[in-house]
Amino acid sequence: MPVDSFKWMPASLAAMYQNMPVQREEPIPWTPLAKPLNRCRFALVTTAGIYVPGREPPFDTEREEREPMWGDPSYRTIPRDTRQAEIGACHLHINNRDILADVNVVLPLDRFRELEEAGEIGSLAPTHYSFMGFQLNTTEWRERYAPAAAELLRQEEVDAVFLTPV
Amino acid sequence: MSTILVTMMPYWEEKIGLPRTVGLEFPFGHTLGHAGDVQEQTAVVRDALRVLAEAREPGNVVHLPYTWPDFERWKREWQPEKPAPIIRFLRERAEARRKGEAAGG
Repeated sequence: MPVDSFKWMPASLAAMYQNMPVQREEPIPWTPLAKPLNRCRFALVTTAGIYVPGREPPFDTEREEREPMWGDPSYRTIPRDTRQAEIGACHLHINNRDILADVNVVLPLDRFRELEEAGEIGSLAPTHYSFMGFQLNTTEWRERYAPAAAELLRQEEVDAVFLTPV
Repeated sequence: MSTILVTMMPYWEEKIGLPRTVGLEFPFGHTLGHAGDVQEQTAVVRDALRVLAEAREPGNVVHLPYTWPDFERWKREWQPEKPAPIIRFLRERAEARRKGEAAGG
């Protein structure tokens, strides 16, 4: 059975999304996996709007409250050994309760550390990235923050990125 | 860098075109499964890594057969307690239009 992408969404919102024009990416970008999984270094990237309080500020939800069409396009860094108690969450479009109980539902740090220990992947990179997924206007995200995060991934010699939108 | 994307809305990836995607029918905010369910989360990660390793051409979208029980509860449960600003804005705008039409008509 194919996944119903609109199953969990209120019907009015689903209809709005289904009527939105979409620009197809041609050609589709393609970087073949250069090594077997057990030699690849992985980084995790989510759009869950999580952050580490005290390390970096939260996403700017105050501005989003004032300007409902705007979403903070910046990113936060999540070190690989971040503990559950250190995770903060401020996405205004989902219920953050389960993320604050178990961040692996959106950023599977523990699961990847286990796979690293078992030798199923090469390694887990030192740094991971969190964006906040509500972005109606993606210009600043595309031109400034996504390239900056990609550069940091390159600096840490990441081979493969595990992307988890929410 | 190679990428694999795990999503509950593969609709977008099929429209836009991404290198490799796995889709599953989990509620928003639960991309890897239930909180505390190590077995389920590990299974999803392994399924996604298999697609990453095996896909040979761009635009690959694999629908995974995971299920999430208790739809009636979770269609509300994933949503924030307070509606997002955009939702409040759209509701207020629709309400203002209705009032305007009622006054004008």
